[in-house]
Amino acid sequence: MSAKPKVGFYWCASCGGCEEAVVDLAEDILGVVEAVEIVFWPVAMDFKKSDVEALPDQGIVATFLNGAIRTSEQEEMAHLLRRKSQFLIAYGACAHLGGIPGLANQFDREDILRWVYETGPTTVNDAKVRPQPEFTDSGRVLNLPRFHDRVRALDQVVDVDYYLPGCPPTPKLTKAAVGALLSGKLPPKGSVLAPDIALCDECPRKASKPADLSFTEFKRPHQKLLDPEKCLLAQNVVCLGPATRGGCEALCINGNMPCSGCFGGTSRVRDQGAKILSSLCANVAAKEPKDIRAALAGIPDPVGTFYRYGLARSLLRGRVNGGGTQNARS
Amino acid sequence: MAQHEPTATGNGAWKPRIVAFFCNWCTYTAADLAGVSRMKYASSVRVIRLMCSGRVDPQFILEALARGADGVLIGGCHPGDCHYVEGNHKWLRRFDLLQRLLSDLGIEPERVRLEWISAAEGEKVKTVINDMVAKVTALGPLGLPGRFVQWDKELTALEHEIAEAAVAQPSVEREVAHVS
Repeated sequence: MSAKPKVGFYWCASCGGCEEAVVDLAEDILGVVEAVEIVFWPVAMDFKKSDVEALPDQGIVATFLNGAIRTSEQEEMAHLLRRKSQFLIAYGACAHLGGIPGLANQFDREDILRWVYETGPTTVNDAKVRPQPEFTDSGRVLNLPRFHDRVRALDQVVDVDYYLPGCPPTPKLTKAAVGALLSGKLPPKGSVLAPDIALCDECPRKASKPADLSFTEFKRPHQKLLDPEKCLLAQNVVCLGPATRGGCEALCINGNMPCSGCFGGTSRVRDQGAKILSSLCANVAAKEPKDIRAALAGIPDPVGTFYRYGLARSLLRGRVNGGGTQNARS
Repeated sequence: MAQHEPTATGNGAWKPRIVAFFCNWCTYTAADLAGVSRMKYASSVRVIRLMCSGRVDPQFILEALARGADGVLIGGCHPGDCHYVEGNHKWLRRFDLLQRLLSDLGIEPERVRLEWISAAEGEKVKTVINDMVAKVTALGPLGLPGRFVQWDKELTALEHEIAEAAVAQPSVEREVAHVS
């Protein structure tokens, strides 16, 4: 029994969708369970941190860790699982790039805590109580994790062996990754386990993408009835396909929604947001500053649109100065 | 995060570092002209020659700032004069949205500047650079590399704790509770 390779799953700052993605393997998960021994999976099985601590270092073959790192507890678990695992895999957009939680890097810690515990419209907290890392109750000292200033992708905290991109990663990519691990046929360390080519390459609407795009305006999906056959860029909708790694088989496009960039850029891209900004803007039709501005007004929140999943891992890592943004709540 | 690093601007010792991307056909030639004409401009600018302002990738600007530049200057041909017809228009469109994105990320608009400077305008190279250096000097250092190190101190703190706990075996499990 013990000959089976040990595998762990863990979640940090995430929504739980990546856990669903594991369950989405459906009946194939039975094959996985046959082949491996799951030693840690807080969402589904009753193992504790002490069980992981009791394992020898590198005793787990692979840990799939999803979610960004926001608190000291998540950071500590990332270190622990790194030590106990031969391969640590950043599973999903949050562990890979910081994900949606990474958007919080537009605000500083104090902004966030004040909003959540004091000024938010649904908050009733006259005593302005805030969670404290240390708390004494009837003589017993209790501890809560510390809330870090910044949201981080997993590889900004510990060394990562492989990345499975996506929000969440597709069952197909997950299966391929598990298969590669079990067979030992692994790509070079640091690889993203998905094709290294832009999404447009596998998009079913590729044929309708004009050679020369020319944007006169930008529309968001709710502002327009979308043709289900035609390239979304040709319909003046911001689609991140050109700056996003493929491998999802154009799931959102097939749902008639534009790509929002969850797979991150390809290996040639340093900063996904800058790349899609570059591509979209260059193809605006207007030439006069006033007309250019009018066309680009259709993209009201460039940070949230271009860095929806990648702000924490972007070149600037978030807001570098000052308080809330222009687009922030007022 | 909101606090600035201590600046050396007060004693006049600190000088900004500005990365300049100049197009080969107009602004770089103008900078050459300024040099040949023995005009003097601030030494804070590092010029990088590109074939066209349309070659400026927004990644270059983010990377320059992330690696310690206090400002970035882009110089290209006047609209209508681009050697490649459209290049400077492409850059103008990128610049517009990039400025908005940068301001949302807390970078002051004065730090990233676009100027159209033709091959004949050596004088304009001098005025633009001197003006930009003065404005960026007034803003003070951006200092992103230092700021990133500062941000990551919250990580090294825990690493030390873990290392200390590992030394002081056996580890004591502390209880974690939710406080309402």
